[in-house]
Formats: sequence, C-alpha cells, structure tokens
Amino acid sequence: MKLADDLTCAGLVELVTGYFDGALGGQGKERFEEHIVFCQGCDIHLSQMRHTLGTVGRLTEHDVDPATVQPLLEVFRDWKATQ
Amino acid sequence: MEIQTSTQPYEAAAEDRRLVKALQAGDEKVFVELVESLGPSMLRVAQLFVRSRAVAEEVVQEAWLGVLSGIGRFEGRSSLKTWVFRILTNIAKTRGEREGRSVPFSSLASDDLESGEPSVEPDRFLPDGDRWAGHWASSPRRFDAQPEGRLLASETMSVVQRVVETLPEVQRAVLTMRDIAGFPSEEVCDALGLSEVNQRVLLHRARSKVRAALETYLDEGETR
Repeated sequence: MKLADDLTCAGLVELVTGYFDGALGGQGKERFEEHIVFCQGCDIHLSQMRHTLGTVGRLTEHDVDPATVQPLLEVFRDWKATQ
Repeated sequence: MEIQTSTQPYEAAAEDRRLVKALQAGDEKVFVELVESLGPSMLRVAQLFVRSRAVAEEVVQEAWLGVLSGIGRFEGRSSLKTWVFRILTNIAKTRGEREGRSVPFSSLASDDLESGEPSVEPDRFLPDGDRWAGHWASSPRRFDAQPEGRLLASETMSVVQRVVETLPEVQRAVLTMRDIAGFPSEEVCDALGLSEVNQRVLLHRARSKVRAALETYLDEGETR
C-alpha cells in the first residue's frame, strides 16, 4: 500500500500545527489527510496533539484571586458614579 | 459565562452587545463575571511582558480601568474579548518597556527560528536507507488509553504547567496567547511583532515540547 507520495511520517509531524490552523492549502491538506487515513502512527500522533491542546487550554481554569475582585469592584463603582 | 472569540460571528456579537449594554448600565454582576472569566488569562498574558506578578496585577487592574473608560466607544468591530486583551497588551507592553525590557520579542524569536530543530526525536523514525525511511519506527501510544482521569489529574496539569514555564520566552508567549488565552493568530502576531509564519513555527515548537513531555510523563506512569 503506497502512502501519499513524498509525505513521510517525519514530514507530517512538522505540519500538524499548520493543519490545525488551516494553513496547508488545498493540496497540502489532502495529502496530510490521505496519509492519516493509512497511517495509524500518525493518526495517534495527531490525537496526542489534540489531547495536548486540551490540557494546555485547561491551564487557566484556576479562579481569579478573590482579593483582587473587591478593588476592581471599587473601580467599577467609581466609574459608574461618573456616568 | 462563555466569552466568545471572533471566530463565531453572529451569536458572539449578540452576546457581546448584551454584555456591553449591561456594563454601560452599571451591572455589577456582569462586571464581576467578566473579571472572573477573563482575569486568569489576562494575568498570564500580562506576566509575559512585565517582571513581577505584583506588577502584572497592576497592569490587569489598569486594563479594566481602560475597558470601563472606553466601553462607551466599543463598536463591536472586534469581539469584546479581543478588545479587552488589546487594551491589556498595550498597557503591559508600555509597562514592560518602562521596566527596561530592551529586546523586542521579534528579536528574541530570531535565534529560535534559525535553529531547525525537529519537533519529534529523529530516532522515533526509521533512518535513511531503510525501505520505510521516515516512517514511525514504533507506534506512539494514545494518551486516552491511560487509566481514566489521568490526563485530567492535577499532577498531569502540574507537569504541563512546568513545561510551559521552561519554554523559551517567545515560544511561551505564543503558546500562552494562542492556546491558553485563546487569541486568534493575527492578534498574537500584532502583539508580539511576529509574522504569521514565524508565529506558527514557534507555536508548533512549543506545542511539540509539551506533547513530548506529556508522552514521557504518561509512559513513565505505565511502567511503574
């Protein structure tokens, strides 16, 4: 079974971010997706990248320091008073 | 409260208008919700430009002041979130410059960009001369094949947090803005003075490092 011509796995892994950004162009996207269909290793690599993004995206889910909210409310009330 | 980005035009614009109207009417609850929703990312982004957390908190506070001062002029041409973050990054940059950040991100980036490091260890692939040169020598393993919940566990998050902290400065800035704060790429390029292509290269390297660290960490767990 021949994989998409010239696109090796080592080549594909460099294109993942471009793929997610929609920056590969029509043909590039097609070659990328064809390769993924036939290559389990790259399919898993892509899945790893998706999970990585999911994890990174959750890094900011801690709460705002409640001590900083009150001063901001004061700022808001002062501003409101001038409206 | 979900703050939409500029990638979901219609519903997002309507939601933004609702928020802006509420703020202009002096609705404290909406203001606090906005602060709690955007605040953590705003602090992270501010810390990319200034030295201390204390200064970063001042920058965030100044940004909110700027948001309130300007809310009457917000026209909805960008999303509310984008507009708030633009105010924030302008203040953060100015403050950073006053503190003596003399090397712009774009200059810092050029060393990084010149080195052509591969994003996956070359020994993971079959070598030149092999019949299947360039293909995986052994298959990677799925992260979601892990025992349930491991990927979401706080220890895993700590590992990821540490890797992000050790990234080269501009890679960390791009990753933080794109993948943690959710900026669209044009905003990141604008804030850091990078071309779209360079921004993407740096983002790719940053994500690759985090992926590799996660893989190592999760693999270690399995062999214990």
